[in-house]
Amino acid sequence: MDDIETAKAILVIGSNTTECHPIIGLRIKKAVMQNDCKLIVAEPKHIRLCYYADKWLQLKPGTDVALINGMMNVMVEEGLADDPFINDRCECDRYDELKAMLKDYTPEKVSEITGVPADDIREAARTFANADNAAIIYAMGITQHTTGTDNVMTLANLAMMTGNIGKPGTGVNPLRGQNNVQGACDVGALPNVLTGYKPVTDPETREKFEKAWGVKLPEEPGLTATEMMSAAAEGKIKAMYIVGENPMLSDANLHHAEKALKNLDFLVVEDIFLTETAQLADVVLPAASFAEKEGTFSATDRRVQRVRKALDAPGEARPDNEIVADLAKRMGYEMANVEPAAVMDEIASLTPQYGGISHARLDALPDGERLHWPCPDADHPGTPILHTEVFTRGKGWFAPAEWQAPAEQPDKEYPLTLTTGRVLWQYHTGTMTRKSDGINEIDPHGHVWISPDDAEKYGVENGKKAVVTTRRGDIDIEAMVTERVPNGVIFIPFHYVESAANILTNDVVDPVSKVPEFKVSAAKVKAK
Amino acid sequence: MEQIKVEIDGLACEAPKGSTILDIARANGIDIPTLCYDPRLSPYGACRLCLVEVEGARALLPACCAKADDGMVIQTTNEKLERIRKTLVELLVSDHPMECQGCSKSGRCELQRLADKYGITESSFTGEVHEYDLHRENPFVMRDYNKCIMCGRCIRICREVQGVGVYDFVNRGFKAVPGTPYDRPMQETPCEFCGQCISTCPTGAIKARPYEDFGRVAALDMLRNACAYFKMPEEDMMKALGLESWVTRTTCAYCGCGCQLDIHVIDNKIVEITSPVMVGSGQGNLCVKGRFGYDFVSSSERLTRPLIKKKGKFEEAEWDEALSLVAKKLGDTKKKSGPDSIGVLSSARATNEDNYLIQKFARAVIGTNNVDHCARL
Repeated sequence: MDDIETAKAILVIGSNTTECHPIIGLRIKKAVMQNDCKLIVAEPKHIRLCYYADKWLQLKPGTDVALINGMMNVMVEEGLADDPFINDRCECDRYDELKAMLKDYTPEKVSEITGVPADDIREAARTFANADNAAIIYAMGITQHTTGTDNVMTLANLAMMTGNIGKPGTGVNPLRGQNNVQGACDVGALPNVLTGYKPVTDPETREKFEKAWGVKLPEEPGLTATEMMSAAAEGKIKAMYIVGENPMLSDANLHHAEKALKNLDFLVVEDIFLTETAQLADVVLPAASFAEKEGTFSATDRRVQRVRKALDAPGEARPDNEIVADLAKRMGYEMANVEPAAVMDEIASLTPQYGGISHARLDALPDGERLHWPCPDADHPGTPILHTEVFTRGKGWFAPAEWQAPAEQPDKEYPLTLTTGRVLWQYHTGTMTRKSDGINEIDPHGHVWISPDDAEKYGVENGKKAVVTTRRGDIDIEAMVTERVPNGVIFIPFHYVESAANILTNDVVDPVSKVPEFKVSAAKVKAK
Repeated sequence: MEQIKVEIDGLACEAPKGSTILDIARANGIDIPTLCYDPRLSPYGACRLCLVEVEGARALLPACCAKADDGMVIQTTNEKLERIRKTLVELLVSDHPMECQGCSKSGRCELQRLADKYGITESSFTGEVHEYDLHRENPFVMRDYNKCIMCGRCIRICREVQGVGVYDFVNRGFKAVPGTPYDRPMQETPCEFCGQCISTCPTGAIKARPYEDFGRVAALDMLRNACAYFKMPEEDMMKALGLESWVTRTTCAYCGCGCQLDIHVIDNKIVEITSPVMVGSGQGNLCVKGRFGYDFVSSSERLTRPLIKKKGKFEEAEWDEALSLVAKKLGDTKKKSGPDSIGVLSSARATNEDNYLIQKFARAVIGTNNVDHCARL
């Protein structure tokens, strides 16, 4: 992350960086303002970063693949690809296949799909390809689509084609939306892998963990969070244990999520507040907050950092590790390690990427030093940049992807495209920020952003309540008439329980990643 | 990188070419006083406190701006330099309220430290002094121009680091202050309330309202008054009192940037959040959530006891009862419908260690791979 400042071009796509990752936003701004970096922002609505951008590509929601393919088409046509890198580091026949597919993505054709002028696509492609080192930064605007996996693959194609991998100031950099998404994935809080992304289907992996844990492990991959909700609605999942999550505000299509959770025979929720989800529970367990316990978080750049206890938890609230170990014991299993430092040692012993990481080592790091996984042993300095010599799989694999329209298209009845996201002031489902007086004075409630033309067309007034409806449901929400969204697109942040955007969103998922399409739903709006 | 050799106060130092005299001195443990300098900002050279004497130079050089050359011989302190510095501090003090007791910056104030160092309690320069009203029109940033020394750090950090530029010097001469356009309230400017200006202000001119106005803690006032009375910096005072553990270094719990926080706690309540300068991904910079968004920790709505729903209503319960019930229900479900009829959702907010134990619980205790978290949402 520290080397973002050294990039000579940055493509920010599907990330409102200054509001959702403000500190990474600072790095991007510094690169632009002080280090002559060219900034390309691909984003349907006008975000603050557009003020700093050399080029703002205002694409229609859900047309990312087409846009990037269009940029790559220009690079091939104008001979801007990094051929030595492709020959050395990538599988060339895959590149030929990509080139063949790109022929159809002329800037003119892409312009029709995306709404971005053809010359802007050309210029952006030249700027990106001609920079000595160019980085791609993306977030949920890329992944929260039915084509999320294709979107990411296409960005990887772009980075490989221009040789922008494995050096400072380059790469395909996903920004993780929550403090420890990275870490939760690393340590196996996923249905298909154990720690270090080792598949549960691999007998050797299972054997290693079975030996360490002294139990027989299930062989089939489990259900993802979105699949669990569907299974609960169908009655296949009968009981759930939910720790520190609020699917009753964060899931797509909330009415469906509510039905699913209410259909459970037994629900236990462990949290710091009585969240919308906890209210549906049979048992609620009070947990300690991050400031009341020891541990580690892994930041979006794989930097592992300490979390330390600053104060005591209120009342009888207990840290998650103690609760889950206690529960395990009552169910007949004694957890070998419960104390956070010892648990990290256990993780290190089972996870090569974390092999050299321990609380003692992190505590001993001098100010300003940091440790990124992979860090296989105690002497390893950590790895801030991946793929410097070879890709993890060996040769780079181009995965050409054709553009596919989002699952829901605007039509006569639902003429608008609804997209969702965050604003600077609030965070996720608001369980934390909405308890902050100052923040709520500045940002008391949500708004639906609508363009002046659309506002007039649908009779919606600035500052007045509007009703937004999709095929999933409807919400009342104050309208903000603004030129920051283009005609035909409305935006609603999803933090606010009283006007929960996710009542509206579409729970259709990407077939590979199972991420719902939060970013595109067909909607209509009228004055209340 | 090419190295150069210089001599500072008789000490031979080596540094990469392009370093400033101040960089090299601080790296070698030599303190040169500054007021307008912040390592997050480009050098400004306004306060002149860092003037040093370089052999063969025509004039005194500001150490923050002057690049060191190979072979330079530098003196950072001598009678002449100290006399100049003392005069500079006296000039600043001449229009600065010096009753430090009661000021929220006492113990951390850079001007206070310098005044103490030079033994200045009041200025020998007298004349007109400013009397401004406090600016407290927004919930986060409070401005007290009476304490402003015109170092421009707030203006520069807002522009250079935050890239916003809410402040600039308005008015001229004696009436100049770092103000907003047309003296508008900050919520009517593009201000993002990151509080970077608060973090860089060397005096009590810019303060965090959530910690200084609404959430002011009596114990903190006592600490500051003691710092003023005994002329001690805050960290030395807390150390002397055996309370240095009031500050805990940890990682922010909001987005995935991983900024480092220093949480200040008194009586089990968070009284301030700061970020260590030049450490971690934020380098001392935070956003509105990281700096001000932690009231939730001590919120009265926090869950403090286990709850069990009986006849549609939550009733408080003992841990033993609640956990036994959960263990029994999960155990029964597993027995009756198989382990895959149970789903576990872990949390992207929880620590690595907690997540590890939760997935281990799902797999080893329940016997299912139905474990996930909200990475996709």
